[in-house]
Amino acid sequence: MRGICKQFPGVVALNDVSLEVQAGEVHVLLGENGAGKSTLVKILSGAVQKDAGAIALAGQRVEIRGPDHARQLGISIIYQELTLVPHLSVAENIFLGKAPRRWGLVNWRRMREDAERLLHGLGLAIDVARPVGQLGLAQQQMVELARALADDARVLVMDEPTSALTGVEVEQLFSSTSRLIARGVAVVYISHRMDEVFRIGHRVTVLRDGRNVTTRHLADVTVAELVQMMANREVSDQYPRRQIARGSELLRVEGLTRRGVLHDINLSLHSGEVLGIAGLVGAGRTELARAIMGADPIDGGRITIRGQAARVRTPAAAVRQGLGFLPEDRKAHGLVLGLSVQHNVALPNHHRLSKWGLVDGRRERREAERMIEQLRIKTPGPDRITRWLSGGNQQKVVLAKWLAGHAQIFIFDEPTRGIDVAARRDIYDLMNGLVGRGAGVIMVSSDLPEVLGMSDRVLVMRSGRIQAEFDASEASEAAVMHAAFGVAS
Amino acid sequence: MNTGKARSTSARQLGTLLGLLVLCCVLWILTPHFLTVSNLLNVLEQSAINAIVAAGMTFAIISGGIDLSVGSVLALSGIVLASVLQAGGGLPLAVVLALATAAACGLLNGVLVTLGRLPPFIATLGMMSVARGLALIWAEGRPISGFEESFRLIATGRPLGIPSPVLITLVVYGLAHVALAHSVFGRSVYAIGGNEEASRLSGVPVRWHKTGAYVVCGLSSGVAAVVLTARLNSAQPTAGIMYELDAIAATVIGGTSLFGGEGTLVGALIGALIMGVLRNGLNLLDVSSFVQQLVIGIVIIAAVLIDTALKRGRR
Repeated sequence: MRGICKQFPGVVALNDVSLEVQAGEVHVLLGENGAGKSTLVKILSGAVQKDAGAIALAGQRVEIRGPDHARQLGISIIYQELTLVPHLSVAENIFLGKAPRRWGLVNWRRMREDAERLLHGLGLAIDVARPVGQLGLAQQQMVELARALADDARVLVMDEPTSALTGVEVEQLFSSTSRLIARGVAVVYISHRMDEVFRIGHRVTVLRDGRNVTTRHLADVTVAELVQMMANREVSDQYPRRQIARGSELLRVEGLTRRGVLHDINLSLHSGEVLGIAGLVGAGRTELARAIMGADPIDGGRITIRGQAARVRTPAAAVRQGLGFLPEDRKAHGLVLGLSVQHNVALPNHHRLSKWGLVDGRRERREAERMIEQLRIKTPGPDRITRWLSGGNQQKVVLAKWLAGHAQIFIFDEPTRGIDVAARRDIYDLMNGLVGRGAGVIMVSSDLPEVLGMSDRVLVMRSGRIQAEFDASEASEAAVMHAAFGVAS
Repeated sequence: MNTGKARSTSARQLGTLLGLLVLCCVLWILTPHFLTVSNLLNVLEQSAINAIVAAGMTFAIISGGIDLSVGSVLALSGIVLASVLQAGGGLPLAVVLALATAAACGLLNGVLVTLGRLPPFIATLGMMSVARGLALIWAEGRPISGFEESFRLIATGRPLGIPSPVLITLVVYGLAHVALAHSVFGRSVYAIGGNEEASRLSGVPVRWHKTGAYVVCGLSSGVAAVVLTARLNSAQPTAGIMYELDAIAATVIGGTSLFGGEGTLVGALIGALIMGVLRNGLNLLDVSSFVQQLVIGIVIIAAVLIDTALKRGRR
């Protein structure tokens, strides 16, 4: 891949990125969240089209027209979430959509034999008649590998393949991968686990802000150097500064635990403060936000709100306590897309806008109009169905839901993801306005400069724990990244 | 450009209303007897039961669920009503107990769906059989008939020349409309049907309101039971069979999405009227009941086909 460019509305995701992978090589693709790795993979898989640049396979220039075409070309992707059909057998999964046939019927015997041969080639002995759902995660991943082989894959992309695997399973995966490269397959390997990267990879390409930083032999670099290369970004002044004195404690979380997800989380949030939460994808940040909000059950821990012990078992209870939540996925969790701006804004505020169970329609409308003006939401009016608004304006409607009410503790999960620069700036100004009024904001974000630029304090999460805490004034990107990757700086 | 809620849904209702008017015109041309005051009142009266049940069904469907038990609940509620009346319990008590029975069935449906996490289809399918079974056991399989004139007035009375079932229907729709369009409960039902998780994260007590939708649905079956029992002067444990399908059909013809989150009561009312007019007209034209089934089926499919085509066109 050479000179690949990709632009999404408002963001340049890839800018002149090149990646060259040789047959029989494991090439590691490294970069922090949002560096452009997934976009690159999506272009390779045919899920999105590149704007510029060229892709060549074995010297032949190709245009990847779509996912099916990519597969025909011999490009296979193994995603974090497996794409197997749990009730079908191993053999059926391997040959899904391309079962060997005889006279129009599935040739079951050949399918079983071929499946066994493929798995054997990977050094595995799995009963191919077993339903995939009964296998462990690692074995399921092997089935994915076998499927890629059945596709005659020449290029195999593995996106965080070990994120759900235990130590032994990782070994299994690695030995199968070695057999693959021995057959001349080119592997692109994406992982955040540095130890693995060094064990299995031959060369590494580091991306940052949608650009190439470097391509090196892994034998020639150290972990610290790689982290430095990922983190070293230009600092810009796109984050409006504010000076607000820290007030009283609004929220205190002690020993919050959700088995297998969150471990003994302690944090406190004060009035007039933005608390940033950084960490890699899967570190438990969204889970923490949801647990505080009462959206998921917790196994232990205490939550204190404004000095009072609080029982927050449901989001409804959290809202009554003055919490407001801006979820990561605004379309799935933030808005009722089929309802109007007005009705969405009213949703968490019904109790305030109603009398004897009846909503005061005129007050509701005034409220919505006030928020539209205050947040500069671009909409023809409060009756507009939110589905037809742009991403940035939808996000503003989610904000409006909470700003219209009396929420004092805000939890923002990725508030500016997929939002253009202008709307981003609006949202930062709003956050500053909120803390200026004495509110407290917890901001989960994968955008490191944003976390450092907007927060007063930064917590770094890793594997469901708080790994480190920094004062924003003394935190550097490198220090945060080191903590996020669990590497000593 | 402005596809605001108010305009798009009222446009949809206008379409259904237009369908109803076209249907009436066609029948008027085909049979002169159709457009007489007495026949029209007759149509309204015949549509009343289905319309009342469809009002409740609208709540269940907008919440993202469905209630298959309405016909059986109607029968059970009718049997309770008749038993209390025959035991000399008096009209007010009989009606209150009948409605309470229906509401309790709805409550149980709601609890099974929310706390029991059963799919609404399954929970209410079970209730459909349970309520029917209870009605048959209680009545020992036989109808309970013969009531005082004062009770029968509920169906036979004609205040201001309008059949009282029609008035009851209008009252039911008036109350239901206020609840659905203007109350916190109704707003929440729309939101839950549109996006349950987003509603929950916004602090909407999802289980509470969802259960409420089934209670309202049960209640409307209870009201229908009172009207039907008075009209037939008899409560039958086998009453209301297939009523759930008629109610769902009326709701869907009226533009309510089976996926939840959208729909209106006015639509359901027009839908029930379309079905009533169709049945009445086909009867006047001497079309056999076999053919009627066929025609009604085609109308349901056509209505939803047009609806989806229009929605796609708007996008």
